[in-house]
Amino acid sequence: MEIKVNESTCTGCSLCKGACLYDAIEIEDGIAVISEACVFCGACVDSCKDESIEIIGLDTEEKDFSDYRGVWVYLEAHGNELADVGLELLSEGRKLADKLKVPLAGIAIGSGIEENSRVAFQYGMDKLYIVDDPVFENNIDDIFSKALVQLISKHKPEIFLAGATSFGRTLVPKVAAILRTGLTADCTGLAIDDDKKILLQTRPTFGGNILATIITRNARPQMATVRPHVMEKKATVADIGDISDKVIKVEIDPKNFKTKYKMLGTETEKGEKINITDYEVIVSGGRGLGSGEKFELLKELADTLSGVVGASRAAVDSGWISYPHQVGQTGKTVNPKIYIACGISGAIQHLAGMQTSDIIIAINKDPNAPIFKVANYGIVGDLFEIIPMLIKRIKDGKPLV
Amino acid sequence: MHYLLTEDQKMIVDICRQIVDERIKPVRAELDEKAEFPWEIIKEIAKSDLFRLFIKEEYEGMGTGIFEVCLATEELSRGDLSVATSFAASGLGLIPINVGGSDEQKKRFLPQLASGEKLAAFGLTEAEAGSDAGAIRTTAVKDGDHYILNGTKQWITNGGEADIYTIFAMTNPGKGARGASAIIVEKGTPGFEFGKKEDKLGIRASATRELIFTDCKVPAENLLGREGMGFIIAMKTFDESRPAVGAQAVGVAQGALEEALEYSKIRKQFGAPISSFQAIQHMLADMATSVEAARSLVYHTARVIDSGEKNASRLSAMSKLFASDMAMKVTTDAVQILAGYGYMREYPVEKMMRDAKITQIYEGTNQIQRNVIALDMIKRGVI
Amino acid sequence: MKIAVCIKQVPGTVDIKIDPETNTLIRQGMENIINPFDTYAVEEGVRIKERLDADEGFMEQSEVIAMTMGPPQAEEMLKEAVASGVDRVVLLSDRAFAGADTWATSVTLAMAIDKLEDVRLVIFGKQTLDGDTGQVGPELAQRMNIPFIGYVSEIMEISARKIKVKRLAEDRYEIFEVRLPAAISVIKDINTPRVPSLRGKMKARSAEVPVWTADDLGADKDELGLSGSYTQVVKIFTPKMVHDVSMIEGTPEEQVEELFKNLKSLNIVS
Repeated sequence: MEIKVNESTCTGCSLCKGACLYDAIEIEDGIAVISEACVFCGACVDSCKDESIEIIGLDTEEKDFSDYRGVWVYLEAHGNELADVGLELLSEGRKLADKLKVPLAGIAIGSGIEENSRVAFQYGMDKLYIVDDPVFENNIDDIFSKALVQLISKHKPEIFLAGATSFGRTLVPKVAAILRTGLTADCTGLAIDDDKKILLQTRPTFGGNILATIITRNARPQMATVRPHVMEKKATVADIGDISDKVIKVEIDPKNFKTKYKMLGTETEKGEKINITDYEVIVSGGRGLGSGEKFELLKELADTLSGVVGASRAAVDSGWISYPHQVGQTGKTVNPKIYIACGISGAIQHLAGMQTSDIIIAINKDPNAPIFKVANYGIVGDLFEIIPMLIKRIKDGKPLV
Repeated sequence: MHYLLTEDQKMIVDICRQIVDERIKPVRAELDEKAEFPWEIIKEIAKSDLFRLFIKEEYEGMGTGIFEVCLATEELSRGDLSVATSFAASGLGLIPINVGGSDEQKKRFLPQLASGEKLAAFGLTEAEAGSDAGAIRTTAVKDGDHYILNGTKQWITNGGEADIYTIFAMTNPGKGARGASAIIVEKGTPGFEFGKKEDKLGIRASATRELIFTDCKVPAENLLGREGMGFIIAMKTFDESRPAVGAQAVGVAQGALEEALEYSKIRKQFGAPISSFQAIQHMLADMATSVEAARSLVYHTARVIDSGEKNASRLSAMSKLFASDMAMKVTTDAVQILAGYGYMREYPVEKMMRDAKITQIYEGTNQIQRNVIALDMIKRGVI
Repeated sequence: MKIAVCIKQVPGTVDIKIDPETNTLIRQGMENIINPFDTYAVEEGVRIKERLDADEGFMEQSEVIAMTMGPPQAEEMLKEAVASGVDRVVLLSDRAFAGADTWATSVTLAMAIDKLEDVRLVIFGKQTLDGDTGQVGPELAQRMNIPFIGYVSEIMEISARKIKVKRLAEDRYEIFEVRLPAAISVIKDINTPRVPSLRGKMKARSAEVPVWTADDLGADKDELGLSGSYTQVVKIFTPKMVHDVSMIEGTPEEQVEELFKNLKSLNIVS
């Protein structure tokens, strides 16, 4: 594939330079010159008024992938519990499978997970592959990737989806690397191209300010990871009936699954919830809190709402709360149902990590704080007055006015 | 704006700017509230080689002149004057060694100050001797190969935190200013103790303490120059350090101006940003012009001193005087632009205003600066 | 010990939008910077070197090499890495690398690491600011057939043979030990990168930046750039941000009551 500028028609108008996201175009001697920073996204082609830019050899899929069929979802488990993200992906995978008229399968790997995996049938799954063995007690990527690769190579699904969890984001790239296929991280939208029947993988880039649609070329399966809470989890099958012939237990020889990783232990923060992406409600605090002690107030509100406490970079850098709570570009990207931003001004880096939340409530003293630009509900006021009152309102159940 | 900086000078500014943005701004309010000495930041400044700017290359410094010191000081002051004061005070404490120390004394003390491993402090002021430096009562009495120090120094910046102190004491009390000598005293010398940390209006994170000498025995080899040279060493030191106080003032004013400008663009009243109102625009314009004028004077003074000019007292006093009066005005105006918010601790400008006040007071009050300027002018004419 | 740190130059801000009418980009202050996450990787590399060099039981002198794949302008960023303490740098730059997805990028980096010879540890930032994938590290490790540990928050021990690290998993920290050579990605928690020193900056100014091309790597061009990629961007666009903030006014009591009602309608409180 090649990108070409027609030098006889290029006027050096620099429209393409303005359109380039990757700073890959310079105007030299009145002609647009495209550098190696180019990713062939085509933005410049669309921008050019004289049709002087052309990408050659774009649509040529050289290989035949007709033997790849079906949609697979990796059902990540923690201990012997399935993570929600897998179920969310089944709901999404069902739509893709219906569009392609192919079956939807789940795949679970772990130790003692069979029982808890059955629930996945409520989410429209046609088939479940189970790899259940004590060697898979901990989520360790080398042996998990090996198991996944063996199954994928054998059954050849055309699409493979997994959660963009911290485990998924290490595991799946390895699987893709072994299979020599493409992988698109952190997708927020998945669709099937009507004509080509291929997977269109849309993901945010540049901190969520740009969306890019990506395809997998010349390889299968088409692999994508999706962040937790992005897709809606929907149980569609009330009675899963007899599923015995839909569960395929994969026998493995534990001797072939020896990990290179020695797990020496785990640590959890004392009484703290650090997996903030798992919660439907996040109460976040920023510089406006003024001190670490004040986070207790947010914690109380979060507990009242069965949520978790988040924080801005300013609060983490000031040492008021630990790093796993940080939301934003250098912290975690979250998409809860409700995000309550307290005393957070809303720097672009923070917004990048939370602006896809379903509902954003901002409480800030400063009516001009940028956080109000992304909020659904805004309160200009003193959070030390508002929040205690809100906690009391929820707990007492007595109207204030 | 272009200030005709060389690549090396731009590098100094860049490093300081990074320290301000990444290390100082996130913690300055807390340091101020807790009046906590900014050791972590000082260590970062040390690792960045900035203390080396005070010292010549042969003593492990990278110093090329006062101008570079001013650039660093100004930029640090833009972030926080407490930090800049602690930095500059170490410079003030070691300039007497630069000015009056022997090669041996320089080799002994300067390398550890250049690396920032140790801080220096300057001990002149006493309860009864502020502007009137000739009135100091601390004595240093020769006893064999030692001096015995007695007396109390007051309001000494970096007191308690520094390891190396340049102390001005009377070796010949009958002779007034000509009886004063400068002597280096190291922390930990028996008979050398510190008073409590002072609770101040501004630059609260910087350390200000009493130095108490009770029969404190200091080796005679720590004497800088000869007996009786103390006053001259002090004055020469001030000639070199005053532009840096001017630079502090320019820095803190610049910081306040930036906050005010930023705020004026965001803050809306009557449906428009307040920066669209001419009343605010004129204030901002006056502030910016004042900062620029003071900066020009400070830079000019520093460059004149670096060129080798000996009679720089007048210019030096002018830059300190003009810049510090300007800083007080500009920081006060910044509070005015932020108005109610400006008066609150949540925003940094009230602290800048509190901090700025010290620049009119220390290293010679602005009244003393006017004396210096007038006397020099009467002695040597207007030009 | 030879330590390679893979870094990337990214736009200094993500505040980029597409003007829907002209379909051109609105970029504000688009200055290129080192990917912020990579600053932790550089710092950690330098710290490991300092730690090993100070360890009297560790005979070999360590060396930290920062490398990037990118356009010639990335040279400036590599010089900054020198100011931050790395010993030398390599710039991988060739038109043949253009359009590389994460896989083709990891292939190119892996070839360069092979060329450096005997690299024992490869350090990455957890992801880049622009691409945001975090995939290059694990893909490179898989290609080189070495272990990869992501999201490392602390290097607990390191010796000539192995490394013990603490890493942030979903809901806990995990402690792993693996044999070297290995690759890791680090998170912000691991350190506070130093401010470059004056001396370091002076050294950086005169630092040499060797450029390695596809030929220098002895690479088959089909493995590189877009030809070696399995994914391709087919469209970019700005997300629809239809947004309507409803400000809750009134006395604090009225505000809280209104907020409560909203929470109730969202089934968050009963």
